[in-house]
Amino acid sequence: MNAQLLVEVYVFVLAIFVGFEVITKVPPTLHTPLMSGSNAISGITVVGALLATGSGYGELSTYLGLAAIIFAMINVVGGFMVTQRMLKMFKK
Amino acid sequence: MFQEIIIPIIYLLSAVFFILGLKQLSHPRTAPKGNTTAAVGMLMAIVGTVLKTEIISYELIIVGLIVGGAVGALFAKRVEMTSMPQLVALFNGFGGLSSLLVATAEVYKGSLPATFTLSTISLSILIGSITFSGSLVAFAKLQGLMRGKPLVFKGTQIFNGLLILAVIVMTVLSILNPDQLFDYILWIIIFSLVVGYYFVVPIGGADMPVVIALLNSFSGVAATATGFIIQNDALIISGALVGASGIILTNIMCKGMNRTIWNVLFVGIKVSTSSATSGEGVQKTAKSYEPEDTVVIFENAKQVIIVPGYGMAVAQAQHMCHELEKILEEKSVTVKYAIHPVAGRMPGHMNVLLAEANVSYDKLYDLDQINPEFEQTDVALVIGANDVVNPAARHDKSSPIYGMPILDVDKSQTVFVLKRSMNPGYAGIDNELFYNDNTIMIFGDAKDTVSRLIAVLK
Repeated sequence: MNAQLLVEVYVFVLAIFVGFEVITKVPPTLHTPLMSGSNAISGITVVGALLATGSGYGELSTYLGLAAIIFAMINVVGGFMVTQRMLKMFKK
Repeated sequence: MFQEIIIPIIYLLSAVFFILGLKQLSHPRTAPKGNTTAAVGMLMAIVGTVLKTEIISYELIIVGLIVGGAVGALFAKRVEMTSMPQLVALFNGFGGLSSLLVATAEVYKGSLPATFTLSTISLSILIGSITFSGSLVAFAKLQGLMRGKPLVFKGTQIFNGLLILAVIVMTVLSILNPDQLFDYILWIIIFSLVVGYYFVVPIGGADMPVVIALLNSFSGVAATATGFIIQNDALIISGALVGASGIILTNIMCKGMNRTIWNVLFVGIKVSTSSATSGEGVQKTAKSYEPEDTVVIFENAKQVIIVPGYGMAVAQAQHMCHELEKILEEKSVTVKYAIHPVAGRMPGHMNVLLAEANVSYDKLYDLDQINPEFEQTDVALVIGANDVVNPAARHDKSSPIYGMPILDVDKSQTVFVLKRSMNPGYAGIDNELFYNDNTIMIFGDAKDTVSRLIAVLK
């Protein structure tokens, strides 16, 4: 196991704990926006997709990457927008 | 300098923004700001990536960003609030698909992946595919394209277990015979997609909230696995956050049904026919009123608690509920809403629909908050909810839902149950609430019934 991988595992484990701490505080009334918002965050794979598309790895990688960008962006833009739409409805 | 330091710092900042954004979701007041914060975090991650020196061509990137963004925006603008569970399922699926595609693109990069990378690729493909095909099945079920009842054939789980085993074997083989790597990867993708399909197909209707929450978690785990492949901390952190969020929600949903995740996913609810037949021969009858007959009871009430369920969503009765609430409040009746954790088809489903109808979030109460209040309540108005108000869950050990936390509507003075017919709910369990002395059934379409109620109360 190399050093970089070890650091990544550290980061992963600590991030899970942060996630649990932060998300247990979300009230049940916002659980649907939480899902659609966290869904948008999982669109972070767009980072990998951008690298696969733009790095000149050959045709197949490029086009797989392009498809990945499109689907990830649907997730990102659609997810954040629909979450915003919902959150604006929650009024006192 | 830029490549080694600035870009990783941009990624770190974007992760910080995600965390801050989720933190602000802890209150409806700060939540819209939180969502914007998270969106800014995403923008930073994208800009940071595009600035990387590895990226040498931009045409397709721009095409992808524009096309994906436009389609996403269109979805977000067009969707009806009642279709939100389907949309969440679909977006989940796209997240999984994009992880699957990125992992596959990594295989065809040119250089042969190292053993560890190859195992991570295989894991990312497996989880990404399960998320993708599983979410599509969930989407189809919620959209009504597939029957919502559980379709279990004997051995589904064994079949799926064998497929996952096959994926592991293929991964080992692909490491041993790198010349056939591409064939193995193709098989891994196919097997994993089939696993996702059969994973969700047997799970039906009321168990949907668990599945949606779990798939939500999977889409995060898939992103993390992809992060390990391309060694990117932004993906690892964000994926972990989403994974944690989904698991927490899954857990809450399971607790709401007093079932383990294992039971929901692999066993399913068993309907015992014996409890239905053993009624000691007593013919049970339920009272039923027309909406107009209820006026006196409503007018003499001090507190009314509305209990919405999936039936309210189906009938789109949320706006009418708000109208009714306003009229009752004009007559100085206190109106509250009791929301069961698993009411509807996804976590928080009822809350979103009621928010859409301008019901104040102050009036929405959780199970623990509202249950002590039913005893002092004059009218409990159950709209399209069934299993979550069945008193059998408290005392009938033979009932399939025994032990499930329920809303104690039967403790209020009068219970009105709005329902289409006497047909049992999703789980096929007869509801003894309907036969109680203080329960009155009002048959018909929920929206129609509530609007008739409003008309007579006016």
